[in-house]
Amino acid sequence: MSLLEIENLSVRFRIKGGWGRSAWLHAVDDVSLSLPRGKTLALVGESGSGKTTAALAAARLVPASEGAVRLDGTDLLTLEGETLRRARARVQVIFQDPYSSLNPRLRAGAIVREPMDALNTPPKAERADRVAELFAQVGLRPEQQALFPHQFSGGQRQRIGIARALATRPELIVCDEAVSALDVAVQAQILNLLRRLQAELGLTFLFISHDLGVVQHMSDRVAVMYMGRIVEEADRGPLFSAPLHPYTQALLAAVPSIDRRRRGRSAVKATGETPDPLNPPPGCMFASRCPRAEALCRETRPALEEKSPGHRAACHFPGPSGD
Amino acid sequence: MSLLSVENLRIELALRAGPAPVIDDLSFTLEAGRTLSFVGESGCGKSMTALAIMGLLPDVGRVAAGSITFDGADLTTLPDARLRQIRGNEISMIFQEPMTSLNPVYTVGEQIAEVLRRHRGMTGRDATARAVELLDAVRIPNARSRVTAYPHEMSGGQRQRVMIAMALACAPRLIIADEPTTALDVTVQAQIFELLRDLAHDTGTALILITHDMGAVAEMADDVVVMYAGRAAEAGPVEAILDDPRHPYTRGLIACVPHLTADPEAARGDLTEIPGIVPPLASLGASACLFASRCAHVHDRCHGARPPAFDCPAGQRAACWLEERA
Amino acid sequence: MTDRPDMAGAPPVEKPRSPAAEAFEMFRRNHAAVAGLVVLIAVIGIAAFGPLLYPEDPFMMVWTPFSPPGEQGYLFGTDYLGRDIMTLMIHGARVSITVGLAAALVTVTIGITVGALAGFFRGLVEEALMRLTEFFQVLPTLLFSMVIVALFGASLPMITLAIGLVSWPAVARITRAEFLRIRELEYVAAARAGGVRNGRLIFRVILPNAAPPIIVQAALMVGSAILFEAGLSFLGLTDPNVASWGQIIGANRPYILDASYTVTVPGIAIFVTVLAISLVGDGLNDALNPKLRAR
Repeated sequence: MSLLEIENLSVRFRIKGGWGRSAWLHAVDDVSLSLPRGKTLALVGESGSGKTTAALAAARLVPASEGAVRLDGTDLLTLEGETLRRARARVQVIFQDPYSSLNPRLRAGAIVREPMDALNTPPKAERADRVAELFAQVGLRPEQQALFPHQFSGGQRQRIGIARALATRPELIVCDEAVSALDVAVQAQILNLLRRLQAELGLTFLFISHDLGVVQHMSDRVAVMYMGRIVEEADRGPLFSAPLHPYTQALLAAVPSIDRRRRGRSAVKATGETPDPLNPPPGCMFASRCPRAEALCRETRPALEEKSPGHRAACHFPGPSGD
Repeated sequence: MSLLSVENLRIELALRAGPAPVIDDLSFTLEAGRTLSFVGESGCGKSMTALAIMGLLPDVGRVAAGSITFDGADLTTLPDARLRQIRGNEISMIFQEPMTSLNPVYTVGEQIAEVLRRHRGMTGRDATARAVELLDAVRIPNARSRVTAYPHEMSGGQRQRVMIAMALACAPRLIIADEPTTALDVTVQAQIFELLRDLAHDTGTALILITHDMGAVAEMADDVVVMYAGRAAEAGPVEAILDDPRHPYTRGLIACVPHLTADPEAARGDLTEIPGIVPPLASLGASACLFASRCAHVHDRCHGARPPAFDCPAGQRAACWLEERA
Repeated sequence: MTDRPDMAGAPPVEKPRSPAAEAFEMFRRNHAAVAGLVVLIAVIGIAAFGPLLYPEDPFMMVWTPFSPPGEQGYLFGTDYLGRDIMTLMIHGARVSITVGLAAALVTVTIGITVGALAGFFRGLVEEALMRLTEFFQVLPTLLFSMVIVALFGASLPMITLAIGLVSWPAVARITRAEFLRIRELEYVAAARAGGVRNGRLIFRVILPNAAPPIIVQAALMVGSAILFEAGLSFLGLTDPNVASWGQIIGANRPYILDASYTVTVPGIAIFVTVLAISLVGDGLNDALNPKLRAR
């Protein structure tokens, strides 16, 4: 059974206009996903796709409007107050920005210890040892516990963030663009660390990224989001080698590559502009940029359907890119 | 004669501990219509090179040695007035952040027209008409109506197009683009790259592209300079460097990034790590290989002397003792 | 687990310096601020210990009225009732400084509470608290405090309260602005994800990070409270049985042309003290602003 089951998750924000008018922004719209224990599910998309909002809503850091998020059968969205606070130990987040994700007034050791103190686990006497163990696990030296965040490099800060996320022995870790703010050489160090920790500790990752290369390297299953909805979801292999949705194809084609076999391929171009998210069109959200769009696409929104076993796509005319 | 030729350039930053050479003995040439890419981690001197060519070094920086020859004139010795003329007219720059590079209180048309008035002496109506043409040239749909739009009414990609239009306003002979697509989505990046490529092809403008992305280098550049700690680690034609990288840093930069592969089913090993981080400013200028502390092939010689650039079989030059041939 | 100790690429371990230690170092480099601090400490010293050295009742007549400074060993001379201005100044320092500090404390307490709650909880709480803040902000401050003092009597606690009541909106607005900024930062989300309770989130996570501008504002508030008290005293709206610098000026106001030293001395004292506080405030502002801090 899956560790995480997201069902029909929606997140709406009210955007205020002038003179008391307001509109609803569907940041996440009817998203369903499942993630088996010990695996990595990547949420991919461009800015404004809702991937981060969806993941943070699942972690109860952004209020969800509808749906269910089941962790081992418990719906996190129905928890309140003290039960919610307790449940937070099971889901932790590694954040994007190594500069704003650490409290500048706390020493590194105290940052890693914070969730243990807040959730009162493990027993007080064991916490110092646990901090030391976590520092070793993420490749930091024990004496670095006494330093403040600004005394670390970006990559080291991200290691502190990872140690903090591991502190409560969570089952699910949301990696929210965890390496996108890092230099390429440091990025490799962190990605290797995450995969090593996953193997050693049996972690389950919900991995948010806009970088398809990183996603291809890290994920077992991939969901592509566009304007709040999942447009395609498949295992890593089929998604990258035989994508069905023209948006996925455009996204893959747009990535500059040094691989000769990928260089000079016929690019599926996504031209045009994205529609206004406050005033979405009735049909497919991608129709305005899609090379394959027809009248049907502009009138009726395609449902996310299984096109082949384990491979879902929301497109009226799915299939390989026409080259 | 090359359009731009930089020789033995050394730029020093005045630090409390003394001057630090953030650019050290850098030489390269660029011909009209070609694209040269600078690639490396942050803090390796990529942007500093661009600022030096633009004559926009920070107050604490100065050209300590070497020359920057543009169209036969040495920019490091030209009087300020002439430099200002060149900057904007013949060399333009595109910055990373299209959000903050545009003034939010003027329409994009006004901002492009202002450049035309200042540098080309065009008058109101002509300048506006030319602004529409430029917006059209950078493929902004409905240029005629968008010319009155304010920056906040445009998407990030469109704002970067406006920045490119402003850079093009004076038909420059060299455009320097400093991480022009880092803040943009990948599909938008592809559009901007295509635009820049077409512009260079159509107008014969030379392009310097500063990036940290080897993929972008592969797609855009003719030649590449891999920068490390203010020095050129490896320089030469893109094909040579991507197919047969000789400097361990270049090899690390290529291997540490998880590139999209043609065969996603293949087994995934660990990524190659370049251990450590770039050296601190204070250690620049040492008579040693500055990459030695992070290098897997380090030997005694690397700590004792700075490796000169050696010619490699594939056509590039690499500053690594391993490339020394009898 | 420690098989790859090198991979973090750590620089040699520096001495762990806390942000507070760094701020102090920055402050020390600002000579004007250090000078201000020295003056301020001197004034506070006089306020604290001066009355022990000059235990006489400052309101006692000691010599003929209007004797100029220096005469008969009275350093600052005597006022219109023949009272020793030196003694008045020293006793007055205690009152002025106390009122300044107490009023700043009242201001900061109300301001931080209102601002923190508004900035943290948003929504209806924020709407209500910010309307309240605006209400106090548009009150004509001097008039309002005059009304309070007129209604409830011109005792020092009442004056302090009056000053605090008209000054807190500035602190509340700064606190709210900082809270609105900081609550969106990822380390706050991380603390929330780590199960940190709201109370701790407000006071232990966000408030310490919001503190720098509030501290600066509070320091400047001490100076403006001293000025405010002087203003009220000058208008006679103060306890006539307690000497303060403003009260000395107010009492000698009619003789400003004949015996200018009677108002000059307390005037200079107020000026120097408030200037010193401003310099310290400026120094704190620079020291606590991470952008100005050398990396």
